[in-house]
Amino acid sequence: MISLAGRDILHSWPRFVLTGVGLGLLIGVTLTMAGVYRGMVDDARALLNNSGADIWVVQQDTQGPYAESSSIHDDAYRSLRVLPGVARAASVTYLTMQVRRGDIDVRAMVVGFEPGQPGEPGYLVAGRQITRSHYEAVADVKTGFQLGDTLRIRRHDYRVVGLTRRMVSSGGDPMVFIPLKDAQEAQFLKDNDAILGERARTAANPALNRPGVPGLLEALQASQTANRNVNAVLVQVAPGADTASVAGEIRRWKHLQAYTRPQMEEILVSKLIATSARQIGMFLVILAIVSAAIVAFIIYTMTLGKIREIAVLKLIGTRNRTIAGMILQQAMGLGLIGFMVGKTAATVWAPFFPKYVLLEPGDAARGLLVVMVICALASTLAIRVALRVDPATAIGG
Amino acid sequence: MKPGSLFSRKAGLGLLAAVLIVGFGWVVARSGPLSPIRVTSLRVEAGALSPAIFGIGTVEARRSYLIGPTAAGRVRAVHADVGERVRAGQVLAEIDPVDLDERLRSSEAAHTRATSAVAAAEALRKDALARRQLAELNARRYRDLGGRSFVSTSAVEGKQQELDSAAATLEASEANLQGARQELRRLQADQDGLLQQKRNLHLLAPRDGLVISRDAEPGSTVVAGQAVLRVVEPESLWVKARLDQGRSRGLAVGQAAEIVLRSHASTPLAGKVARIEPLSDSVTEERIAMVSFERIPDGLGVGEMTEVTINTGSAQPGLVVPNAAIKPMAQGAGVWKLTEGKPRLTPVKLGNTSLDGAVLVVAGLAAGDEVVVHSERELAEGAQVKVVSQLVGAPR
Repeated sequence: MISLAGRDILHSWPRFVLTGVGLGLLIGVTLTMAGVYRGMVDDARALLNNSGADIWVVQQDTQGPYAESSSIHDDAYRSLRVLPGVARAASVTYLTMQVRRGDIDVRAMVVGFEPGQPGEPGYLVAGRQITRSHYEAVADVKTGFQLGDTLRIRRHDYRVVGLTRRMVSSGGDPMVFIPLKDAQEAQFLKDNDAILGERARTAANPALNRPGVPGLLEALQASQTANRNVNAVLVQVAPGADTASVAGEIRRWKHLQAYTRPQMEEILVSKLIATSARQIGMFLVILAIVSAAIVAFIIYTMTLGKIREIAVLKLIGTRNRTIAGMILQQAMGLGLIGFMVGKTAATVWAPFFPKYVLLEPGDAARGLLVVMVICALASTLAIRVALRVDPATAIGG
Repeated sequence: MKPGSLFSRKAGLGLLAAVLIVGFGWVVARSGPLSPIRVTSLRVEAGALSPAIFGIGTVEARRSYLIGPTAAGRVRAVHADVGERVRAGQVLAEIDPVDLDERLRSSEAAHTRATSAVAAAEALRKDALARRQLAELNARRYRDLGGRSFVSTSAVEGKQQELDSAAATLEASEANLQGARQELRRLQADQDGLLQQKRNLHLLAPRDGLVISRDAEPGSTVVAGQAVLRVVEPESLWVKARLDQGRSRGLAVGQAAEIVLRSHASTPLAGKVARIEPLSDSVTEERIAMVSFERIPDGLGVGEMTEVTINTGSAQPGLVVPNAAIKPMAQGAGVWKLTEGKPRLTPVKLGNTSLDGAVLVVAGLAAGDEVVVHSERELAEGAQVKVVSQLVGAPR
């Protein structure tokens, strides 16, 4: 049996292929938009994954360290580590800032961590982990740094000794990991002018600069420049321990806020990125509707363009089922080509986006289903027109 | 329609379809869950590792002196300035004596008066002595006369009483003289004390050294113990290095160290560990070690920041893996070992680490085992991996 659809496609294949490719690019844009949305959510999850923590301990009554600022003393981890069920606990600091790379600066989230403890990058793509307790850094490849590069944070130079991948903040900024003590300094140390000003102000205060108490002023000034705060303590629970009950213990007895993984994910996904995610989601919905409409119109007009041929077919006594099948097959074929082109195109251009674009296979499968359903629905419109055609149009008018 | 053109159309369309399918297949295979995780791997080999510790420190003087008065006072003069070299015993500053000179003069007058008092007491004693001698003669004479009954007994007793009285007067005058002499000694000591106090108002350099700060100017009042000047011995400059407690294993006195001054970042200086403080900093969790220079560089400033690298031992043989391969877990460290091309998380026991990122594996791995070093994603047990030579950058 001759495939009527195949013969028709062969007859005008450049047009068919071009239509398919055009359709495909449109589908590609829709898939990419879905990928952008998924990427945002995945950035938030990556942040949680990379920290390697089961519980985030932050300042009481805050939703830190990502959604709000949080500040706790850096010896808090000691009292957490001795709690039953806690395997490891380590202080971390997070600070989003511009990191100098030569003449330009890169927006990055600077993470202060203790080597070998939670918060350390879980895997590297090049180089090594930090071995010195100062002035070494591990950077995400997205920052553009390479092994051996020097980056500048505040007044110190750091040597990049390792590179990671997919280590991003919830906002998609790549991370730079530096030792905790350096990060504390970077976060809380003021610039030299501010320090000098502060010293002068303290010295001008007669209550603090007392002639009868030598050393008081120096001690005060020393304590002003030292800061022993961190943003959060990351806790890993021991195998077999219940995360929720350990978090409850911390909340109840340590007077600190503790979030478990699902709670943190809730904060990040439904609070921190909620608005921008909804923005993208809205755009995705509109784009999907527009794409569906365009697919339907293309198939409809394609059928209308063949109305004379269909009339001839009818004239020679072709059955309605055959004609309907031809149109349906063509529509489905167009949809399939479009989907494959779209998926390929989206995959090809996704890495060039500045922020992460996550193309999930599930989304692709759903996309394929939707494309096929839309094609089928659109072809029913076309089939209705085709079946109503008067065979006489083939001859005369 | 010619069959030839139909055929070419078919072929063209087929080719297009093939390209599309291949492209799509590539996309599906390369991304998503089906694609293998690219990793770099390494065969574990026996090697050697030189353990070392890194820390930062500041240049400090081993011996520094705070020069200040022992009593509160006003600074009269400061003779040395910051940066000056001073010799031991040199007068560096003077404190205003206020009324000390007047007190000294008063003390001198009192001393002179006491000297006169001693002379008067001595004269009185001589007088008493003479009176006693006379009384003794008289008494002896009257006793003789009394024995022969030339004078009455009452007259003899009267003379005896005179003798006793003269002896008592002599004793009294002797005591008086002793008292006057003691008073003189006391006043002499007082005077010496005041002179000592006056000398003490001169602040002297205890050792040869360098003045590093001038904290009080003439006219300002300082309390006891407050520094007017600070002097250090430049020959005793060393580095107070702070080392992470967690990595300070193997630290010992005498170990060779490399000191990098912030002002000369490219020229490391040789040094060695001179002392390890028994007291760690419990707040910053750092051990403190004093590192001395082999040769103190010219123009070294106190308080300059330095980076110190201490070699804590000779090369230790053993199985060595890069620290990028180590995966910290709640139960301890592990590595992803490739067995038949699949990663398996294998617990290991780790020994020393070197500063270039090599870690000694004590147990858990054997020579020839293949371990994952770098990976582009988080690995999972039995995940599909593809071993490549490197993950980022241009191929070597």
